[in-house]
Amino acid sequence: MMELNQYLSVFIDESREHLQAMNEDLLELESRPDDIGIVHRIFRSAHTLKGMSATMGFEDLAHLTHQMENVLDLVRSGSAEMNPSIVDCLFTSLDALESMVEDIVQGGTGKLDVNPIVQTLQSVLSGEALQQMETAAGSAVAEQTQNETARGELDDFQYSVLVQSLRSGSGVYRILVSLREDCVLKAARAYMVISGLEQHGEIIQSIPPVDEIEQEKFDRSFVLYLVSSENGANLEQLVRNVSEIGDTVLESLDEQTLKAYRAGGQPQLKTVAAQSAETTQAPAAAGQSPAREPAQSAAKRKSAAVPAAGRTIRVDIGRLDTLMNLFSELLIDRVRLEQLADEIRSNELTETVEHMARVSSDLQNMVMKLRMVPVDTVFNRFPRMVRDIAKTLGKKVELVISGADTEMDRTVVDEIGDPLVHMLRNSCDHGLELPEERAAAGKPETGTIQLRAFHSGNHVFIEVEDDGRGINREKVLATALSKGIVASEKAERMTESEIDQLLFASGFSTADKISDLSGRGVGLDVVKTKIVSLGGNVEVTTRPGIGTKFTIQLPLTLSIIAAMLIRIGGEKFAVPLASIVETASVGQEKIRQVHGNPMIDYRSGVIPLLFLGDLFEVPGYSPAEREELDVIVIQKGEKLAAVAVDEFIGQQEIVLKPIGSYLGGLFAISGATILGDGQVALIVDTNALIR
Amino acid sequence: MEEELKVIVFTLIDEEYGVEVEQVRTIERMLPMTRVPRTPAFVKGVINLRGVVVPVIDLRGRFGLPEREYTDSSRIIIVAVNGMEVGMIVDSANDVIDLDAGQIESPPEVAGGIKAKYLRGIAKIGDDRLLVLLNLEEVLNKQEIVQLEAMGE
Repeated sequence: MMELNQYLSVFIDESREHLQAMNEDLLELESRPDDIGIVHRIFRSAHTLKGMSATMGFEDLAHLTHQMENVLDLVRSGSAEMNPSIVDCLFTSLDALESMVEDIVQGGTGKLDVNPIVQTLQSVLSGEALQQMETAAGSAVAEQTQNETARGELDDFQYSVLVQSLRSGSGVYRILVSLREDCVLKAARAYMVISGLEQHGEIIQSIPPVDEIEQEKFDRSFVLYLVSSENGANLEQLVRNVSEIGDTVLESLDEQTLKAYRAGGQPQLKTVAAQSAETTQAPAAAGQSPAREPAQSAAKRKSAAVPAAGRTIRVDIGRLDTLMNLFSELLIDRVRLEQLADEIRSNELTETVEHMARVSSDLQNMVMKLRMVPVDTVFNRFPRMVRDIAKTLGKKVELVISGADTEMDRTVVDEIGDPLVHMLRNSCDHGLELPEERAAAGKPETGTIQLRAFHSGNHVFIEVEDDGRGINREKVLATALSKGIVASEKAERMTESEIDQLLFASGFSTADKISDLSGRGVGLDVVKTKIVSLGGNVEVTTRPGIGTKFTIQLPLTLSIIAAMLIRIGGEKFAVPLASIVETASVGQEKIRQVHGNPMIDYRSGVIPLLFLGDLFEVPGYSPAEREELDVIVIQKGEKLAAVAVDEFIGQQEIVLKPIGSYLGGLFAISGATILGDGQVALIVDTNALIR
Repeated sequence: MEEELKVIVFTLIDEEYGVEVEQVRTIERMLPMTRVPRTPAFVKGVINLRGVVVPVIDLRGRFGLPEREYTDSSRIIIVAVNGMEVGMIVDSANDVIDLDAGQIESPPEVAGGIKAKYLRGIAKIGDDRLLVLLNLEEVLNKQEIVQLEAMGE
């Protein structure tokens, strides 16, 4: 088996690629179930994966993939039709496969008890559940009919799920809960019972369905089928402990007694709606009570993310980093040589150095490009994630991605994933409304989230825009006031965009109930910190009722930037070229004083004049002695300012050096660089100069 | 607990101080420093240490002792503590000695004008020599720096 270890990394890379491809194809298939071509593709991926796993000796992987193949084969040969339950089943299988692969990556054996999932797949194959699903899927869309006698409380699918649970050692309980006659808050009490039980297991079936219970569309009692490893007596006690609960009958079921409740069992309640087939399959999957309408989400990509057909090679990241480090040292020497060539003034030397400069410039671009990866590597897991979230929340969401081929430095790409996940979850959870709300507001039931990436200037922009309910500014302000984030005097004078930015404040959350996803109020603050630490920025704009847009700005390259070297007094500083709008020379007489602040004319207005030497407390700085001042015009958003310096030394490419963690939070300094003569020069952060 | 402690000895004015060898990266002669604006006075700036930018503080200034001009014997001791690398300017640094834990006593309230919290202990070496062991984590305490900066604003 020793030889196989060499192939392990290849196996991992290729498995991941196939799993990713299957995920994407399955998503497409979900929105276009009749497209057999997609089924073929998924089949081929599964088949390849099976072969690789078997060769490497990962039996559980091979076994599960084999079962998936069988199901897919049925569909592609026309013996079965694709439907939501099969799709869900395949998604669950994919998740299991992914976790096995990740286990292998961590050095594990990739073993997993795949029996529950395999059995579900097999029940699909044996056609039992299949026919049931087809008829049930049809009737799920139809109006529910009152007083329809139940065919039994459990349809075949739920029945098989419960049987598997029993076989894997869990307990299955049928709980008949009756509320007291004088109970007033029926829905609330029922909800307390349901949520209490859900903490100890999963509710596979509920009669009537949970959403009807929540709307109090039931008489006095309801039935729940629960899978749990908790002791039955404890569960019964839990239910009885809820106030205003009357009789509770808890039945612990085994395979024999379970049969009684399947097609032909006693109808317990008069009004039972036809059950939708959207119950999840394996007990391992998140148990949800059947929803009336399956929450759908379709992921489409506007830009064709066709993988480049060119030849590629896999490179170890550590080597790339080493290459990058060596290159930045070379750059320092190149600058030094350029200086020396200037001083020595030998033709041959100057020519050679110029040639070297051109070559190293090209080399630099190449090295930069090596580190760039398309954002697609981060974006590609989002469609699946959004689909799952939308389903959990009962919302309809469409994720539209554009610009996935935009490239960014790989370190930034690695780090931007988590903040984006959080923002997408936010949009789904807080931004987009439930389908009914949207319909009532005259919007299409399916909400749209747009995820865009593009280059502009020296930056990469990523936008997350939803067409949801927008940010409720009154609520935001009220919450900020109540949490002491902002003082009331200040609150009155805040502009709309300032209020929007409060979302990024630490400890902020307007969610009434901390939902599992995103209500803790830590999220956006952490998101902003992360983005700022990458050298970027994030802003939000919103229109109430119309939608919200988050804009993230990130630097294109991390370590080598073009800068203008300046001198103030006896000290040198570097100002990134990207921060400079214009340079100019201003005579002393042109400086106006407005309210005690120096200003100069600029284009058609006046802008403030800042003396960096004063702000930086440069020893011996006295601008008044000079007749003309050299200024740099900088910009922040819409505001402009002029910064006076003593001299422009010249433009240079500089290597960004971190300044260390001891000196945190410096005023208007974003880092340091080492000049050609070995001196350290500080890099000015012009954003900090404009309030 | 009979540990042996290997300690680098340096001087400030006429007192001798020690820091554990494990915390010391290197000892350098004085290097050209670039001033960093709006930092406490004892932060002298940053230096270029073979391609890495390292901040440097003046230990006299840090302890509120009178500062003076640097001489040929002045040194920068580069220490690494809590993931931070910082250089400390001292009057001279030339010894490495071994100490037993038994030789170390707890520090008095103030020793050589330095507050107890910056000190780990006092060691008696030889007849006449007293060595003040520094608690580098307190000496390089960032929170304090932040407060000092805030006060200075």
